[in-house]
Amino acid sequence: MIRTVLVANRGEIARRVFRACRRLNLRAVAVHSEADADALHVRDADQAVAIGPAPARESYLDIERIIEAARRVGADAVHPGYGFLSENWRFAEACRRAGLVFVGPSADAIRTMGDKTEARRLMARAGVPVVPGSPETVVDVGEAEMVAGDIGYPIILKAAAGGGGIGMARVTTARELRGAFATAARRAQAAFGRGDLYVERFLERPRHVEVQVFGDAAGTLLHLGERECSLQRRHQKLVEESPAPHLPPATRQGLVAAALAGARAIGYVNAGTFEFLLDEGGAFYFLEMNTRLQVEHAVTEEVTGLDLVVEQLRVAAGERLAWRQVDVVPCRAAIECRVYAEDPARGFLPSPGTIERLELPSGEGIRVESGVETGSVVSVHYDPLLFKLVAAGATRAEAVGRLAAALERCVVEGVHTTLPLLRRVLASPELHEGRVHTQMIEQGAFNA
Amino acid sequence: MPDEIKAHITGVVFQIAAKAGDRVAEGDAVIVLESMKMEIPVEAPRDGAVKEIRVREGQTVQEGDVVAVLE
Repeated sequence: MIRTVLVANRGEIARRVFRACRRLNLRAVAVHSEADADALHVRDADQAVAIGPAPARESYLDIERIIEAARRVGADAVHPGYGFLSENWRFAEACRRAGLVFVGPSADAIRTMGDKTEARRLMARAGVPVVPGSPETVVDVGEAEMVAGDIGYPIILKAAAGGGGIGMARVTTARELRGAFATAARRAQAAFGRGDLYVERFLERPRHVEVQVFGDAAGTLLHLGERECSLQRRHQKLVEESPAPHLPPATRQGLVAAALAGARAIGYVNAGTFEFLLDEGGAFYFLEMNTRLQVEHAVTEEVTGLDLVVEQLRVAAGERLAWRQVDVVPCRAAIECRVYAEDPARGFLPSPGTIERLELPSGEGIRVESGVETGSVVSVHYDPLLFKLVAAGATRAEAVGRLAAALERCVVEGVHTTLPLLRRVLASPELHEGRVHTQMIEQGAFNA
Repeated sequence: MPDEIKAHITGVVFQIAAKAGDRVAEGDAVIVLESMKMEIPVEAPRDGAVKEIRVREGQTVQEGDVVAVLE
Protein backbone atom coordinates (compact mmCIF):
# COMPACT_ATOMS: atom_id res chain seq x y z
CA MET A 1 0.00 0.00 0.00
CA ILE A 2 1.43 3.36 -1.04
CA ARG A 3 0.22 6.55 0.62
CA THR A 4 3.09 9.00 0.21
CA VAL A 5 5.35 9.31 -2.83
CA LEU A 6 8.61 11.23 -2.82
CA VAL A 7 9.62 12.40 -6.30
CA ALA A 8 13.41 12.46 -6.62
CA ASN A 9 13.45 14.92 -9.48
CA ARG A 10 12.67 18.48 -10.53
CA GLY A 11 11.11 20.48 -13.36
CA GLU A 12 8.35 19.28 -15.63
CA ILE A 13 8.69 15.59 -14.83
CA ALA A 14 8.33 16.12 -11.07
CA ARG A 15 5.12 18.05 -11.76
CA ARG A 16 3.90 15.29 -14.09
CA VAL A 17 4.35 12.67 -11.35
CA PHE A 18 2.61 14.88 -8.78
CA ARG A 19 -0.41 15.06 -11.09
CA ALA A 20 -0.56 11.26 -11.21
CA CYS A 21 -0.29 11.15 -7.40
CA ARG A 22 -3.27 13.47 -7.10
CA ARG A 23 -5.31 11.26 -9.42
CA LEU A 24 -4.61 8.34 -7.10
CA ASN A 25 -5.15 10.42 -3.96
CA LEU A 26 -1.54 9.93 -2.83
CA ARG A 27 0.44 12.50 -0.87
CA ALA A 28 3.20 13.96 -3.06
CA VAL A 29 6.55 15.12 -1.68
CA ALA A 30 9.08 17.21 -3.59
CA VAL A 31 12.79 17.44 -2.98
CA HIS A 32 14.79 20.46 -4.01
CA SER A 33 18.28 21.92 -4.02
CA GLU A 34 19.06 25.39 -2.66
CA ALA A 35 18.83 26.73 -6.21
CA ASP A 36 15.31 25.34 -6.60
CA ALA A 37 13.77 26.60 -3.33
CA ASP A 38 11.31 28.77 -5.30
CA ALA A 39 10.85 26.38 -8.24
CA LEU A 40 7.45 25.58 -9.64
CA HIS A 41 7.67 21.88 -8.77
CA VAL A 42 8.23 22.71 -5.09
CA ARG A 43 4.99 24.68 -4.91
CA ASP A 44 3.10 21.89 -6.67
CA ALA A 45 3.79 19.28 -4.01
CA ASP A 46 1.99 18.66 -0.73
CA GLN A 47 5.32 18.92 1.07
CA ALA A 48 8.89 19.79 0.06
CA VAL A 49 12.26 18.86 1.53
CA ALA A 50 15.53 20.73 0.95
CA ILE A 51 18.26 18.19 0.16
CA GLY A 52 21.40 20.22 -0.45
CA PRO A 53 23.35 22.74 -2.52
CA ALA A 54 22.76 23.53 -6.17
CA PRO A 55 25.23 21.08 -7.81
CA ALA A 56 23.26 17.93 -8.67
CA ARG A 57 25.80 15.54 -7.13
CA GLU A 58 25.22 17.23 -3.75
CA SER A 59 21.43 17.16 -4.05
CA TYR A 60 19.42 15.34 -6.76
CA LEU A 61 22.19 12.75 -7.27
CA ASP A 62 22.88 12.19 -3.57
CA ILE A 63 21.30 8.83 -2.73
CA GLU A 64 21.71 9.13 1.04
CA ARG A 65 20.15 12.56 1.26
CA ILE A 66 17.15 11.49 -0.79
CA ILE A 67 16.57 8.32 1.26
CA GLU A 68 16.92 10.40 4.43
CA ALA A 69 14.33 12.88 3.09
CA ALA A 70 11.95 10.01 2.30
CA ARG A 71 12.34 8.68 5.84
CA ARG A 72 11.76 12.08 7.35
CA VAL A 73 8.43 12.65 5.56
CA GLY A 74 7.25 9.06 6.04
CA ALA A 75 7.20 8.26 2.31
CA ASP A 76 6.36 4.70 1.21
CA ALA A 77 7.58 5.08 -2.35
CA VAL A 78 10.10 6.99 -4.46
CA HIS A 79 9.53 7.94 -8.10
CA PRO A 80 12.84 8.77 -9.81
CA GLY A 81 11.44 10.50 -12.93
CA TYR A 82 13.97 10.41 -15.78
CA GLY A 83 17.65 11.43 -15.71
CA PHE A 84 19.35 11.91 -12.30
CA LEU A 85 19.11 8.59 -10.36
CA SER A 86 16.42 6.95 -12.51
CA GLU A 87 18.80 4.42 -14.09
CA ASN A 88 21.10 4.00 -11.11
CA TRP A 89 20.62 0.45 -9.81
CA ARG A 90 22.31 1.36 -6.52
CA PHE A 91 19.57 3.88 -5.89
CA ALA A 92 16.82 1.33 -6.61
CA GLU A 93 18.60 -1.08 -4.26
CA ALA A 94 19.06 1.58 -1.56
CA CYS A 95 15.32 2.34 -1.71
CA ARG A 96 14.45 -1.33 -1.31
CA ARG A 97 16.83 -1.71 1.65
CA ALA A 98 15.27 1.35 3.29
CA GLY A 99 11.84 -0.26 2.95
CA LEU A 100 10.76 2.13 0.18
CA VAL A 101 9.01 1.08 -3.02
CA PHE A 102 11.09 2.15 -6.02
CA VAL A 103 8.65 3.14 -8.77
CA GLY A 104 10.37 1.38 -11.64
CA PRO A 105 11.94 -1.97 -12.49
CA SER A 106 14.14 -4.11 -10.25
CA ALA A 107 17.70 -3.03 -9.47
CA ASP A 108 18.80 -6.14 -11.38
CA ALA A 109 16.99 -5.10 -14.56
CA ILE A 110 18.48 -1.60 -14.33
CA ARG A 111 21.99 -2.97 -13.82
CA THR A 112 21.72 -5.52 -16.61
CA MET A 113 20.40 -3.12 -19.22
CA GLY A 114 22.69 -0.32 -18.04
CA ASP A 115 25.76 -2.32 -19.02
CA LYS A 116 25.54 -1.85 -22.78
CA THR A 117 27.64 -4.88 -23.75
CA GLU A 118 25.80 -7.17 -21.36
CA ALA A 119 22.48 -5.84 -22.68
CA ARG A 120 23.53 -6.53 -26.29
CA ARG A 121 24.63 -10.05 -25.45
CA LEU A 122 21.42 -10.78 -23.57
CA MET A 123 19.21 -9.33 -26.30
CA ALA A 124 21.03 -11.25 -29.03
CA ARG A 125 20.43 -14.45 -27.05
CA ALA A 126 16.72 -13.54 -26.78
CA GLY A 127 16.55 -13.29 -30.57
CA VAL A 128 16.56 -9.49 -30.75
CA PRO A 129 18.62 -8.22 -33.72
CA VAL A 130 21.66 -6.19 -32.65
CA VAL A 131 23.94 -3.98 -34.75
CA PRO A 132 26.90 -5.96 -36.16
CA GLY A 133 29.95 -5.32 -33.98
CA SER A 134 32.26 -6.67 -31.30
CA PRO A 135 30.37 -9.12 -29.08
CA GLU A 136 32.18 -7.74 -26.02
CA THR A 137 34.28 -4.71 -25.24
CA VAL A 138 37.54 -4.84 -27.17
CA VAL A 139 40.77 -5.31 -25.20
CA ASP A 140 42.74 -2.77 -27.23
CA VAL A 141 42.91 -0.80 -30.45
CA GLY A 142 44.35 -3.84 -32.26
CA GLU A 143 41.20 -5.86 -31.61
CA ALA A 144 39.09 -2.84 -32.60
CA GLU A 145 40.97 -2.78 -35.93
CA MET A 146 40.24 -6.48 -36.46
CA VAL A 147 36.53 -6.15 -35.72
CA ALA A 148 36.27 -3.04 -37.90
CA GLY A 149 37.99 -4.92 -40.73
CA ASP A 150 35.38 -7.70 -40.42
CA ILE A 151 32.21 -5.57 -40.30
CA GLY A 152 33.46 -2.76 -42.55
CA TYR A 153 33.73 1.00 -42.15
CA PRO A 154 32.26 3.38 -41.12
CA ILE A 155 32.16 2.19 -37.52
CA ILE A 156 31.25 3.79 -34.22
CA LEU A 157 33.15 3.41 -30.94
CA LYS A 158 30.98 3.39 -27.84
CA ALA A 159 31.71 3.38 -24.12
CA ALA A 160 30.52 0.21 -22.35
CA ALA A 161 29.40 2.28 -19.38
CA GLY A 162 28.12 5.02 -21.63
CA GLY A 163 24.99 6.98 -22.27
CA GLY A 164 23.91 10.30 -23.71
CA GLY A 165 26.43 10.08 -26.52
CA ILE A 166 29.47 10.57 -24.25
CA GLY A 167 32.62 8.74 -25.37
CA MET A 168 31.15 7.95 -28.80
CA ALA A 169 33.24 8.46 -31.89
CA ARG A 170 32.49 7.82 -35.54
CA VAL A 171 35.40 6.44 -37.55
CA THR A 172 35.20 6.46 -41.33
CA THR A 173 38.57 4.97 -42.29
CA ALA A 174 41.11 2.57 -40.77
CA ARG A 175 43.64 5.40 -40.67
CA GLU A 176 41.56 7.43 -38.16
CA LEU A 177 40.94 4.53 -35.80
CA ARG A 178 44.01 4.84 -33.53
CA GLY A 179 43.49 8.52 -32.66
CA ALA A 180 39.73 8.18 -32.25
CA PHE A 181 40.11 5.12 -30.02
CA ALA A 182 42.49 6.92 -27.62
CA THR A 183 40.22 9.97 -27.38
CA ALA A 184 37.02 7.97 -26.86
CA ALA A 185 38.65 5.78 -24.18
CA ARG A 186 39.96 8.84 -22.33
CA ARG A 187 36.56 10.56 -22.42
CA ALA A 188 34.74 7.45 -21.24
CA GLN A 189 37.25 7.03 -18.40
CA ALA A 190 36.72 10.64 -17.31
CA ALA A 191 32.93 10.48 -17.53
CA PHE A 192 32.16 6.98 -16.24
CA GLY A 193 35.34 5.81 -14.50
CA ARG A 194 35.63 3.05 -17.10
CA GLY A 195 37.38 3.47 -20.42
CA ASP A 196 36.44 0.22 -22.15
CA LEU A 197 34.88 0.51 -25.57
CA TYR A 198 33.03 -1.64 -28.04
CA VAL A 199 32.77 -1.39 -31.80
CA GLU A 200 29.62 -1.26 -33.94
CA ARG A 201 28.89 -0.71 -37.58
CA PHE A 202 27.87 2.91 -38.12
CA LEU A 203 24.51 3.09 -39.88
CA GLU A 204 24.07 5.84 -42.46
CA ARG A 205 20.92 7.94 -42.11
CA PRO A 206 19.14 5.56 -39.73
CA ARG A 207 15.79 6.23 -38.11
CA HIS A 208 15.31 5.91 -34.37
CA VAL A 209 12.11 4.03 -33.55
CA GLU A 210 11.34 2.77 -30.06
CA VAL A 211 8.72 0.55 -28.47
CA GLN A 212 7.07 1.27 -25.11
CA VAL A 213 6.61 -1.81 -22.96
CA PHE A 214 4.89 -2.28 -19.62
CA GLY A 215 4.98 -5.29 -17.30
CA ASP A 216 3.53 -6.15 -13.91
CA ALA A 217 4.69 -8.47 -11.13
CA ALA A 218 2.08 -11.09 -12.09
CA GLY A 219 3.87 -11.61 -15.40
CA THR A 220 1.62 -9.60 -17.71
CA LEU A 221 3.66 -7.87 -20.38
CA LEU A 222 2.23 -5.43 -22.93
CA HIS A 223 3.50 -3.10 -25.60
CA LEU A 224 2.03 0.38 -26.05
CA GLY A 225 3.10 0.87 -29.63
CA GLU A 226 6.05 2.68 -31.15
CA ARG A 227 7.45 6.21 -31.26
CA GLU A 228 9.53 7.76 -34.02
CA CYS A 229 12.29 9.87 -32.40
CA SER A 230 14.82 10.46 -35.18
CA LEU A 231 15.22 14.20 -34.86
CA GLN A 232 18.05 14.56 -32.36
CA ARG A 233 21.12 16.58 -31.53
CA ARG A 234 24.02 15.13 -29.50
CA HIS A 235 22.08 11.83 -29.48
CA GLN A 236 19.29 13.52 -27.55
CA LYS A 237 15.80 13.84 -28.96
CA LEU A 238 14.05 17.05 -29.98
CA VAL A 239 10.90 15.78 -31.75
CA GLU A 240 8.97 12.54 -31.15
CA GLU A 241 5.79 11.18 -32.64
CA SER A 242 3.51 8.18 -32.81
CA PRO A 243 2.57 6.24 -34.86
CA ALA A 244 5.89 6.22 -36.73
CA PRO A 245 5.24 7.38 -40.31
CA HIS A 246 5.90 5.03 -43.26
CA LEU A 247 6.54 2.04 -41.04
CA PRO A 248 5.60 -1.12 -42.95
CA PRO A 249 3.22 -3.29 -40.87
CA ALA A 250 5.68 -6.20 -40.94
CA THR A 251 8.48 -3.99 -39.59
CA ARG A 252 6.21 -2.70 -36.86
CA GLN A 253 5.25 -6.24 -35.88
CA GLY A 254 8.92 -7.22 -35.86
CA LEU A 255 9.85 -4.31 -33.59
CA VAL A 256 7.05 -5.04 -31.15
CA ALA A 257 7.85 -8.77 -31.06
CA ALA A 258 11.55 -8.02 -30.46
CA ALA A 259 10.76 -5.57 -27.64
CA LEU A 260 8.42 -8.06 -25.94
CA ALA A 261 10.96 -10.88 -26.29
CA GLY A 262 13.65 -8.64 -24.82
CA ALA A 263 11.47 -7.56 -21.90
CA ARG A 264 10.41 -11.14 -21.22
CA ALA A 265 14.04 -12.30 -21.19
CA ILE A 266 14.76 -10.07 -18.20
CA GLY A 267 11.37 -10.46 -16.49
CA TYR A 268 10.76 -6.76 -16.86
CA VAL A 269 8.29 -5.04 -14.53
CA ASN A 270 6.96 -1.45 -14.84
CA ALA A 271 7.42 0.97 -17.78
CA GLY A 272 10.40 0.63 -20.11
CA THR A 273 11.44 1.41 -23.65
CA PHE A 274 13.34 -0.56 -26.28
CA GLU A 275 15.18 1.70 -28.68
CA PHE A 276 15.99 0.52 -32.21
CA LEU A 277 17.78 1.90 -35.23
CA LEU A 278 16.24 1.24 -38.63
CA ASP A 279 18.54 1.30 -41.63
CA GLU A 280 17.55 2.51 -45.06
CA GLY A 281 16.78 -1.04 -46.15
CA GLY A 282 14.23 -1.47 -43.37
CA ALA A 283 16.33 -3.78 -41.16
CA PHE A 284 16.23 -2.88 -37.47
CA TYR A 285 18.70 -3.30 -34.65
CA PHE A 286 18.47 -3.04 -30.86
CA LEU A 287 20.14 0.13 -29.61
CA GLU A 288 19.46 0.13 -25.88
CA MET A 289 16.74 -0.20 -23.30
CA ASN A 290 15.69 2.68 -21.07
CA THR A 291 14.61 1.19 -17.78
CA ARG A 292 12.49 4.16 -16.75
CA LEU A 293 9.76 6.54 -17.84
CA GLN A 294 10.80 8.41 -20.99
CA VAL A 295 10.60 12.15 -21.57
CA GLU A 296 8.36 11.36 -24.56
CA HIS A 297 5.89 9.11 -22.71
CA ALA A 298 3.26 11.82 -23.23
CA VAL A 299 3.14 10.99 -26.96
CA THR A 300 2.03 7.44 -26.18
CA GLU A 301 -0.48 8.71 -23.63
CA GLU A 302 -2.05 11.03 -26.19
CA VAL A 303 -2.26 8.26 -28.79
CA THR A 304 -3.70 5.58 -26.49
CA GLY A 305 -5.57 7.69 -23.91
CA LEU A 306 -3.79 5.79 -21.11
CA ASP A 307 -2.01 7.33 -18.12
CA LEU A 308 1.45 5.72 -17.88
CA VAL A 309 2.48 7.40 -14.66
CA VAL A 310 -0.67 6.39 -12.78
CA GLU A 311 -0.05 2.86 -13.99
CA GLN A 312 3.60 3.01 -12.87
CA LEU A 313 2.44 3.86 -9.34
CA ARG A 314 -0.26 1.17 -9.33
CA VAL A 315 2.10 -1.53 -10.60
CA ALA A 316 4.81 -0.46 -8.13
CA ALA A 317 2.22 -0.90 -5.36
CA GLY A 318 1.87 -4.54 -6.45
CA GLU A 319 -1.36 -4.20 -8.41
CA ARG A 320 -1.91 -5.85 -11.77
CA LEU A 321 -1.90 -3.85 -14.97
CA ALA A 322 -5.35 -2.39 -15.56
CA TRP A 323 -5.08 -3.04 -19.31
CA ARG A 324 -4.96 -6.05 -21.56
CA GLN A 325 -3.23 -5.87 -24.94
CA VAL A 326 -6.61 -5.48 -26.67
CA ASP A 327 -7.30 -2.36 -24.57
CA VAL A 328 -4.24 -0.64 -25.98
CA VAL A 329 -5.57 0.89 -29.16
CA PRO A 330 -3.84 3.74 -30.96
CA CYS A 331 -6.80 6.08 -31.56
CA ARG A 332 -4.99 9.24 -32.60
CA ALA A 333 -1.70 10.63 -33.84
CA ALA A 334 0.51 12.72 -31.56
CA ILE A 335 3.74 14.67 -31.90
CA GLU A 336 5.92 16.30 -29.24
CA CYS A 337 8.79 18.74 -29.30
CA ARG A 338 11.19 19.69 -26.55
CA VAL A 339 12.00 23.31 -25.87
CA TYR A 340 15.51 23.50 -24.42
CA ALA A 341 17.43 26.53 -23.15
CA GLU A 342 20.05 26.14 -25.87
CA ASP A 343 21.05 28.27 -28.79
CA PRO A 344 20.58 26.37 -32.05
CA ALA A 345 22.35 29.20 -33.91
CA ARG A 346 25.53 28.49 -31.89
CA GLY A 347 25.70 24.71 -32.09
CA PHE A 348 23.16 24.18 -29.29
CA LEU A 349 25.32 25.88 -26.64
CA PRO A 350 23.58 26.03 -23.26
CA SER A 351 21.79 29.27 -22.49
CA PRO A 352 21.24 29.65 -18.76
CA GLY A 353 19.60 32.80 -17.38
CA THR A 354 16.30 34.17 -16.15
CA ILE A 355 13.08 33.75 -18.09
CA GLU A 356 11.86 37.33 -18.42
CA ARG A 357 8.65 36.40 -20.16
CA LEU A 358 6.93 33.10 -20.86
CA GLU A 359 3.76 32.52 -22.81
CA LEU A 360 2.61 28.97 -23.37
CA PRO A 361 -0.03 27.97 -25.88
CA SER A 362 -3.25 26.11 -25.18
CA GLY A 363 -6.11 24.88 -27.32
CA GLU A 364 -7.69 21.85 -28.94
CA GLY A 365 -5.33 18.86 -28.83
CA ILE A 366 -2.50 20.82 -27.18
CA ARG A 367 -0.79 19.60 -24.01
CA VAL A 368 2.02 21.51 -22.33
CA GLU A 369 4.34 20.02 -19.70
CA SER A 370 6.41 22.84 -18.23
CA GLY A 371 8.81 23.14 -15.33
CA VAL A 372 9.20 26.90 -15.61
CA GLU A 373 7.25 30.18 -15.49
CA THR A 374 8.02 33.85 -15.98
CA GLY A 375 10.79 34.71 -13.51
CA SER A 376 12.21 31.17 -13.32
CA VAL A 377 15.99 30.95 -13.19
CA VAL A 378 17.40 28.43 -15.66
CA SER A 379 20.43 27.13 -13.79
CA VAL A 380 23.76 25.95 -15.18
CA HIS A 381 23.49 22.95 -12.85
CA TYR A 382 20.66 21.04 -14.52
CA ASP A 383 19.34 19.69 -17.79
CA PRO A 384 18.26 22.51 -20.15
CA LEU A 385 14.73 21.18 -20.82
CA LEU A 386 12.23 23.98 -20.16
CA PHE A 387 8.99 22.48 -21.41
CA LYS A 388 7.46 20.01 -23.84
CA LEU A 389 4.69 20.76 -26.28
CA VAL A 390 2.51 17.85 -27.33
CA ALA A 391 -0.15 18.01 -30.04
CA ALA A 392 -2.67 15.29 -30.86
CA GLY A 393 -5.12 14.96 -33.70
CA ALA A 394 -7.33 12.50 -35.52
CA THR A 395 -4.65 12.29 -38.21
CA ARG A 396 -0.92 12.93 -38.32
CA ALA A 397 -1.50 16.00 -40.48
CA GLU A 398 -3.87 17.44 -37.90
CA ALA A 399 -1.43 16.83 -35.04
CA VAL A 400 1.47 18.34 -37.01
CA GLY A 401 -0.63 21.38 -37.93
CA ARG A 402 -1.62 21.93 -34.32
CA LEU A 403 1.96 21.66 -33.10
CA ALA A 404 3.20 24.09 -35.75
CA ALA A 405 0.51 26.62 -34.76
CA ALA A 406 1.23 26.12 -31.04
CA LEU A 407 4.96 26.74 -31.62
CA GLU A 408 4.12 30.08 -33.25
CA ARG A 409 2.19 31.11 -30.11
CA CYS A 410 5.09 30.30 -27.71
CA VAL A 411 7.03 33.22 -26.31
CA VAL A 412 10.23 32.78 -24.28
CA GLU A 413 12.31 35.83 -23.48
CA GLY A 414 15.52 36.01 -21.44
CA VAL A 415 17.21 32.82 -22.65
CA HIS A 416 17.87 31.35 -26.08
CA THR A 417 15.77 28.29 -26.90
CA THR A 418 15.36 25.61 -29.52
CA LEU A 419 12.06 27.26 -30.59
CA PRO A 420 13.38 28.87 -33.82
CA LEU A 421 14.78 25.52 -34.97
CA LEU A 422 11.62 23.63 -33.99
CA ARG A 423 9.48 26.08 -35.98
CA ARG A 424 11.65 25.47 -39.05
CA VAL A 425 11.43 21.71 -38.52
CA LEU A 426 7.63 21.84 -38.30
CA ALA A 427 7.50 23.93 -41.49
CA SER A 428 9.84 21.61 -43.43
CA PRO A 429 8.80 19.20 -46.18
CA GLU A 430 10.94 16.49 -44.54
CA LEU A 431 8.83 16.57 -41.37
CA HIS A 432 5.56 16.87 -43.28
CA GLU A 433 6.48 13.86 -45.37
CA GLY A 434 7.81 11.99 -42.33
CA ARG A 435 11.18 11.42 -43.99
CA VAL A 436 13.64 12.02 -41.19
CA HIS A 437 16.83 10.38 -39.88
CA THR A 438 19.01 10.77 -36.81
CA GLN A 439 21.80 12.79 -38.44
CA MET A 440 19.60 15.43 -40.08
CA ILE A 441 19.73 18.20 -37.49
CA GLU A 442 23.49 17.99 -37.02
CA GLN A 443 23.96 17.96 -40.80
CA GLY A 444 22.20 21.32 -40.84
CA ALA A 445 19.05 20.25 -42.71
CA PHE A 446 16.96 22.79 -40.79
CA ASN A 447 19.46 25.65 -40.47
CA ALA A 448 18.17 29.17 -41.01
CA MET B 1 44.55 38.97 -31.29
CA PRO B 2 43.36 39.51 -27.72
CA ASP B 3 45.44 38.42 -24.75
CA GLU B 4 42.41 37.83 -22.58
CA ILE B 5 40.47 34.59 -22.99
CA LYS B 6 36.80 35.05 -22.13
CA ALA B 7 34.11 32.50 -21.35
CA HIS B 8 31.66 32.31 -24.26
CA ILE B 9 28.92 30.85 -22.05
CA THR B 10 27.89 30.86 -18.40
CA GLY B 11 28.95 27.75 -16.56
CA VAL B 12 30.92 26.13 -13.77
CA VAL B 13 34.66 25.51 -14.23
CA PHE B 14 34.89 21.75 -14.59
CA GLN B 15 38.57 21.44 -15.38
CA ILE B 16 41.64 23.62 -15.77
CA ALA B 17 43.34 22.20 -18.85
CA ALA B 18 46.42 24.46 -18.96
CA LYS B 19 48.53 26.22 -16.31
CA ALA B 20 50.60 29.39 -16.27
CA GLY B 21 53.68 28.95 -18.45
CA ASP B 22 52.13 26.27 -20.72
CA ARG B 23 52.39 26.73 -24.48
CA VAL B 24 49.03 26.40 -26.17
CA ALA B 25 48.06 26.28 -29.81
CA GLU B 26 45.04 28.01 -31.33
CA GLY B 27 41.98 25.87 -30.58
CA ASP B 28 43.47 24.09 -27.54
CA ALA B 29 41.19 23.90 -24.51
CA VAL B 30 42.49 26.17 -21.76
CA ILE B 31 39.65 25.44 -19.36
CA VAL B 32 36.56 23.25 -19.63
CA LEU B 33 33.22 24.62 -18.45
CA GLU B 34 30.29 22.51 -17.39
CA SER B 35 26.87 23.91 -18.11
CA MET B 36 23.55 22.07 -18.17
CA LYS B 37 25.22 18.65 -18.17
CA MET B 38 27.46 19.54 -21.14
CA GLU B 39 31.21 19.99 -21.06
CA ILE B 40 32.27 22.92 -23.16
CA PRO B 41 35.93 23.82 -23.76
CA VAL B 42 37.06 27.44 -23.72
CA GLU B 43 39.74 27.49 -26.40
CA ALA B 44 42.88 29.54 -26.93
CA PRO B 45 42.14 32.11 -29.68
CA ARG B 46 45.78 31.97 -30.90
CA ASP B 47 49.10 30.22 -30.31
CA GLY B 48 50.93 31.48 -27.23
CA ALA B 49 52.00 30.95 -23.66
CA VAL B 50 49.54 31.05 -20.78
CA LYS B 51 50.38 33.99 -18.52
CA GLU B 52 47.68 33.50 -15.96
CA ILE B 53 44.62 31.36 -15.17
CA ARG B 54 42.02 33.53 -13.46
CA VAL B 55 39.56 30.87 -12.28
CA ARG B 56 39.56 27.76 -10.11
CA GLU B 57 37.70 24.47 -10.46
CA GLY B 58 34.12 24.65 -9.21
CA GLN B 59 33.85 28.41 -9.73
CA THR B 60 30.85 29.80 -11.61
CA VAL B 61 31.75 32.13 -14.48
CA GLN B 62 29.46 34.38 -16.47
CA GLU B 63 29.52 34.73 -20.24
CA GLY B 64 32.19 37.33 -21.03
CA ASP B 65 34.26 36.82 -17.85
CA VAL B 66 38.01 36.61 -18.39
CA VAL B 67 39.13 33.08 -17.49
CA ALA B 68 42.78 33.23 -18.59
CA VAL B 69 45.37 35.55 -20.08
CA LEU B 70 47.94 34.79 -22.76
CA GLU B 71 51.46 36.37 -22.80
